Amino acid sequence: MNSTAYIYGINGPIVYVKGNHNFKNGEMVLVGKDRLVGEVIGLVTGKTTIQVYEDTGGLKPGDEVISTGAAISVTLAPGIIGNIFDGIERPLNEIAKQSGAFISKGVSVDPLDVSKMWDVHITVKPGDKVYGGTIIAEVPETRSVIHKSMVPPNLSGTVIKVAADGKYTIKDTIVTIIDDNGNEIELTLAQRWPIRVPRPTAKRYPSDRPLITGQRIIDTLFPISKGGTAAIPGGFGTGKTMTQHQLAKWCDADIIIYIGCGERGNEMTEVLEDFSKLLDPRTGQPLLDRTTLIANTSNMPVAAREASIYTGITLAEYYRDMGYHVAVMADSTSRWAEALRELSGRLEEMPAEEGFPAYLASRLSAFYERAGFMQNLNWTEGSVSIIGAVSPQGGDFSEPVTQNTKRFVRCFWALDKSLAYARHFPAINWLTSYSEYVADLAPWYTKNVGENFIEYRKRLLSILSQESQLNEIVKLIGSDVLPDDQKLVLEIARVIRLGFVQQNAYHPSDTYVPLAKQLKMMEIILYLYKKSKQLIDRNMPMSLLREYPIFDRIISIKYDVANDELHKFDEYKAMIDEFYEDIMKKNA
Amino acid sequence: MSIEYLGLSEINGPLIVLEGVRNASFDEIVEITIEGNKKKIGRIVELYEDKAVIQVFQGTEDMSLYNTHTKLLGHPMEISLSPDILGRIFNGVGQPIDGLGTIIPEIRRNINGQPLNPCTREYPRNYIKTGISAIDCLTTLIRGQKLPIFSGNGLPHDQLAAQIVKQASLGENSEGEFAIVFAAMGIKHDVADFFKRTFEESGASSHVVMFLNLANDPVVERLITPKVALTAAEYLAFDKGMHILVILTDMTSYAEAMREVSSSRGEIPSRKGYPGYLYSELAAIYERAGIVRGCPGSVTQIPILTMPNDDITHPIPDLTGYITEGQIVLDRSLYQKAIYPPINILPSLSRLMKDGIGKGYTREDHQDLANQLFSSYARAGEARALASVIGEDELSDIDKKYLRFGAALEEEFISQGLHEDRSITETLDLGWQLLKILPREELDRIDTKILDKYYPKNESADEQR
Repeated sequence: MNSTAYIYGINGPIVYVKGNHNFKNGEMVLVGKDRLVGEVIGLVTGKTTIQVYEDTGGLKPGDEVISTGAAISVTLAPGIIGNIFDGIERPLNEIAKQSGAFISKGVSVDPLDVSKMWDVHITVKPGDKVYGGTIIAEVPETRSVIHKSMVPPNLSGTVIKVAADGKYTIKDTIVTIIDDNGNEIELTLAQRWPIRVPRPTAKRYPSDRPLITGQRIIDTLFPISKGGTAAIPGGFGTGKTMTQHQLAKWCDADIIIYIGCGERGNEMTEVLEDFSKLLDPRTGQPLLDRTTLIANTSNMPVAAREASIYTGITLAEYYRDMGYHVAVMADSTSRWAEALRELSGRLEEMPAEEGFPAYLASRLSAFYERAGFMQNLNWTEGSVSIIGAVSPQGGDFSEPVTQNTKRFVRCFWALDKSLAYARHFPAINWLTSYSEYVADLAPWYTKNVGENFIEYRKRLLSILSQESQLNEIVKLIGSDVLPDDQKLVLEIARVIRLGFVQQNAYHPSDTYVPLAKQLKMMEIILYLYKKSKQLIDRNMPMSLLREYPIFDRIISIKYDVANDELHKFDEYKAMIDEFYEDIMKKNA
Repeated sequence: MSIEYLGLSEINGPLIVLEGVRNASFDEIVEITIEGNKKKIGRIVELYEDKAVIQVFQGTEDMSLYNTHTKLLGHPMEISLSPDILGRIFNGVGQPIDGLGTIIPEIRRNINGQPLNPCTREYPRNYIKTGISAIDCLTTLIRGQKLPIFSGNGLPHDQLAAQIVKQASLGENSEGEFAIVFAAMGIKHDVADFFKRTFEESGASSHVVMFLNLANDPVVERLITPKVALTAAEYLAFDKGMHILVILTDMTSYAEAMREVSSSRGEIPSRKGYPGYLYSELAAIYERAGIVRGCPGSVTQIPILTMPNDDITHPIPDLTGYITEGQIVLDRSLYQKAIYPPINILPSLSRLMKDGIGKGYTREDHQDLANQLFSSYARAGEARALASVIGEDELSDIDKKYLRFGAALEEEFISQGLHEDRSITETLDLGWQLLKILPREELDRIDTKILDKYYPKNESADEQR
């Protein structure tokens, strides 16, 4: 069954084999004497094309290629969370044990620890009917995640034998079932799933619950739903990675899959170090206990970079099937697109725009469509949200990856170079960003946060957009000649920009802000606007208003009022009233 | 006993094709002898059954289809390494050219290197003092970082790099041994001489390893030079425990060489004719910086690249910026104002500085001060743009102050002498002096406590109207 063929030609990560030897498209193969992992990507009569996930240096024509009979797959079992893998699910810690500080090729390691004994609690009993997705066992995987082992999606039958609760490895049989054809099937804690195939679900729900991130500009102005998709495009140095880190740290998903696709090695090290120290505010356990990292840094082989995105999303879907909310951070999807381009170039395919292959758009859409809020096969509910960073060439959003991504995501958080230069973070531009989820999420916000939330949000955005129009005039004639009511708009917009939109990731009380405080902050800013507007309407000049420090006091609320001191907002309200009375008294 | 193959079947620019080879492996090095006396080396870049496409490093001039003997060496490109390489000069493929004889190898190593496992990296946290205010305060260099200089033709990037090398390597607080690996790709003889002289003057030349591929040396050789240099750097850092500063200049020539070879291989071009794998190739170089956990040494990279037509969106600086941990951008208009070093601080950035500065490293106010200088300088730029439309007189008082602040920052803070070595305290205090130009309410990036401590109160009161 395992056929063997021989290498005919080698060009970078692409290897050609003469003849077809019964290889299947998408099949995983082992190449050369080092048994490098490869995948069949093209079959024509008389020639098979293989992409190799490791450095091909040293391969020779005539070396053998062994088929494995299976598509390129990942192992799904306890041990995924808290781990760090390369693009094809090889644990980097294990590789380090075998090959030292540098990653050598042909390292053969099990994706997950097969000797570790897990505490297993069996949840089915003999005689139970089980279907694809039925939870058969529960394992405390980390301090914050209970792993639920399931019947693989394509199996069903009746349980005939179960093991007693106790300690088992992922290779031990824990449940035996008999299917409709009378075959006995032994189930373990582990299952395998091909990375390019979405795991099946029962149905898709509308996206009506937000993924709460604690980042004001996202939660309030451009929210994303659980099961939603978002893109963060930005040139280098605009803070894509920073934003992703913030979301990975604070968003209210149960599981985070962080894919470092073609990015910097030091960044992955930073995530590893930070996340093992930082505590999850909801569970009090280290963030690493709910996080899995896929690290395929920019100097690792390019084909594995292409696969890393699929490996990550498959792990995410697996945890969704258990009923968890999973957030996938893909940093950066451009590197993945470029890996496609590089491989496509080696295959001498006809290039489309900017050398990218014509199937770029369909691959992107297939990836983002794997997100969603789902009802799983076992009737639980779970979601996969995808937040993809995009690194446009030259910071130009008209390039193919950004444009095609824009078609398939519903949240667009555009990072802006000039904001980043002024060290305004997060550098999300409020004029070019958008979220299509606002209408879907409005009922949730109204019910759970406050009736006025959506209304306030609208008013904030409107002031910011007025500001940008006024700035056009200011650029030409200066701000001194504007009428006072427009000067007030500029001043309030400044308060919004510095006091609300800008958020300091390194400040303990500003790095994460709950929705209730976000609402209060909007309320107080708009109250200040209302009162000042009344003063201006009574012909008080803006210069007089500016003599009071109230504007700067409101700006520093984000530092001065801790997240659990919401009662302090009343003091600020009183302060604004005082400011109003004082001006009226002295100048009436 | 190795087989030699007579003759070739094709010569096309830097590429030659050999047919009938047996047992050749991908990425293997071959030795080509021309007319029995001249030796060149090449690398197998493509293989089809018994046909090998070979990239020749030293040019294919004087080769014909009949006058060559080719020998497969059976291993990928390697160089000889030993501690004796310190103080030596090599050509672009790692052969000594200083007439001091060959290196007796302690070890031979594959120049392609291997990716450093993110699990065994140590996150870089120690800052390197360069004595240059714009770098120390605003784009702090961290040991184990890769921080390129984006420059243009005619800008003083070489002087800046030389100043960094001089002031950083001989800083009194540098524990452990410090050495420099200098890799030149397609640079002019004068520039190479300038660096040689600088190293000699600063007394550092016994701690320098130089790999020189000059502008008139074979183009293909350039593709191998940075990899050879980094292999030497990794050896000194991770085997010998030294702190290595690697200067790579000029990365633009490297990328140009790659384009040249790619087009003669008939590959499908992506942006501006560069091959699709430009990003991967650049990453394979830049990612070879860092610190290995449990190992005393480090590799810090300062690549220099000249932006074609000063265009930061050109593929070379663009892709570089996506890989490196920040960048130092030189600016022609500052240079024309006679400001040295002409560092445009706004697009300049050091991604690692946030963890290597502040209390315990430099001073508690460092981060806030840097943020405020960036944000106020950005505002000064807006005031300048406005002044160019409506004239300076028409500006509001506060905008006028920003104008003054912008000019002072450029002339007093960024600008400094070629040999001026400022301490970190001097630099930070200078920053506070400049902020005094602005009223206290404008300083919205600084924590109130720090502001109380460092912003001089009384003096500023009379300055505000």
